[in-house]
Amino acid sequence: MSDKLIIGGHKFQSRFILGSGKFSLELMNAVIENGGAEIVTLALRRANLNGQENILDYIPKGITLLPNTSGARNAEEAVRIARLAREIGCGDFIKLEVIHDSKYLMPDNYETLKATEILAKEGFIVMPYFYPDLNVARSLVNAGAASVMPLGAPIGSNKGLCTKDFIQILVDEIDLPIIVDAGIGRPSQACEAMEMGVDAIMCNTAVATANDVALMATAFKLAIEAGRAAFLAGLGRVLNYQAEASSPLTGFLEE
Amino acid sequence: MQSGNVNHMEYLDGMEALDSDIMEKVLGLVNQYNYQYYTSKDVERALMKDLLTIEDYAAILSPAAMPFLEDMAIKAKNKTKKHFGNSVCLFTPLYISNFCENHCVYCGFNCHNKIKRGKLSFAEIEEELKEVARTGLKEILILTGESRHKSGVEYISEAVKLAAKYFSTVGIEIYPLNTDEYFLIKASGADFVSVYQETYNTDKYEQVHLRGPKRIFPYRFNSQERALLGGMRGVAFGALLGLNDFRKDAFAVGLHALFIQQKYPHAEISFSTPRLRPYINNEKNNPNDVHEKQLLQVMLAYRLFMPFAGITISTRERAGFRDNVIGMVATKISAGVCVGVGGHKEDEKGDEQFEISDPRSVNEVHQMILNRGLQPVYTDYIRV
Repeated sequence: MSDKLIIGGHKFQSRFILGSGKFSLELMNAVIENGGAEIVTLALRRANLNGQENILDYIPKGITLLPNTSGARNAEEAVRIARLAREIGCGDFIKLEVIHDSKYLMPDNYETLKATEILAKEGFIVMPYFYPDLNVARSLVNAGAASVMPLGAPIGSNKGLCTKDFIQILVDEIDLPIIVDAGIGRPSQACEAMEMGVDAIMCNTAVATANDVALMATAFKLAIEAGRAAFLAGLGRVLNYQAEASSPLTGFLEE
Repeated sequence: MQSGNVNHMEYLDGMEALDSDIMEKVLGLVNQYNYQYYTSKDVERALMKDLLTIEDYAAILSPAAMPFLEDMAIKAKNKTKKHFGNSVCLFTPLYISNFCENHCVYCGFNCHNKIKRGKLSFAEIEEELKEVARTGLKEILILTGESRHKSGVEYISEAVKLAAKYFSTVGIEIYPLNTDEYFLIKASGADFVSVYQETYNTDKYEQVHLRGPKRIFPYRFNSQERALLGGMRGVAFGALLGLNDFRKDAFAVGLHALFIQQKYPHAEISFSTPRLRPYINNEKNNPNDVHEKQLLQVMLAYRLFMPFAGITISTRERAGFRDNVIGMVATKISAGVCVGVGGHKEDEKGDEQFEISDPRSVNEVHQMILNRGLQPVYTDYIRV
């Protein structure tokens, strides 16, 4: 299988990026294993270094850490959190989140772009979370982002691909991995996004709020793989006008 | 000290007056709120929605919602899970002084009560902090009685600096400050401010706050706004449920938080739900009594109205209540609590404000959280 996800020069077999903030830490191993995840996000604000229930102690070796900047309200704060993540040994990957809306948790595209520019120059592999806007996505590419992470719906909402048409535009126009982050509520939605040509899915709430967290991780893994296979296979046509007439409208043509 | 004749709606010298219309908006809506008007149909309609309007919130706080507590609890649990996963934050309060200049008729700290008063020295504060830090906690709430003379802003600010050495999250629950004073405390290392209005009924407020700066209703009301203008990250709201009509007060708390969040979208919003306990075996059935059922109704209403807000459950409530509301509605729980002045390392230097109903240690609460399939979280904030 040569179909790899490549982010910032790093190759991954799995296209399921797992969020870790909303389920019990002792389930971490089972969820990672069932989901086949190779990348796991962690909120740096949850890293209780040398303390109790430190999330870093629960993520197995060999997994790529994707620290996020949650809690940052502007570019400056995000940059500081990213540097802190690097200092404590979380590596160069950074999932950039800049949010100053406590109700909807909508990303601030403008501040996100500013932070991307700074962090990319400092050698981070920057994966910005943003509202799917083509112009912003192009600017993120120019600023040195390693992927773009458009939201499907507000974080935690499990509402699915509310922004589907706009994500499709990114898939068609942006030459970086497109990773749908936030909003995916069920495996079928993850599958649908992958069928569209999205490169990977990042998901937390949908797994964490399932009755059986580990089993849901399996379901996502399979859905993401199915969607990817469907995309690679090329979807069959879907007729979106009535049906084909048995006597074709153009049947009268003689020459 | 001010006399009881001071107009409780007028600012005293030195109190910063903000140009804000939030108080007017909240009081206007609360005065119109007639909870008897709502029916089970209104409640059912509200519970079908994902995001609740002010009218829906009014309905689920009404007596008509009492038969729907179970439905509200199920919905609240889903909301809590979506927004917070299964995490439950742990913290503890540290009282550093209990001197008070206010005469609030309902409060154990009030200036006419002959209780043992005390204030910790900085050395004593540091010892207490170290002792608390040894339990593994990373979040602390620094509290004082309301005395600018005995526990001034400089004193509190120094205490906060010490706390920030040992804790990643520091909050304060002290008397209301001006914006520049909040700025100073923020610079010292605290990022979260709790101020409870006690009651939003201005007449009742006047009757129970006889003397002291706390008598000034609008100065207290606008504390959260000044705190945010002073750079604080989060603000907590609450009424002392049962002091007046708890349904109207809870309605006001929600609106207060709503309008602050709309004006300051970045603000982290949280609620606390202190209550006056009804007398057991009281023959008169007082509609203002807040039993556990009513308390839970208020907590559920806060959650459904503002699903993203934090809700803290204190040791005023019994262990059985606390254990069951975390994960369902509450997102933060105190543990290893002493409500006298100090008391973690040395004997208490001053008496308690109230008696606690859950004396469990941090370890015990930690274990309880795990046993309930939830996740104890020690740090959920990063100061940058």
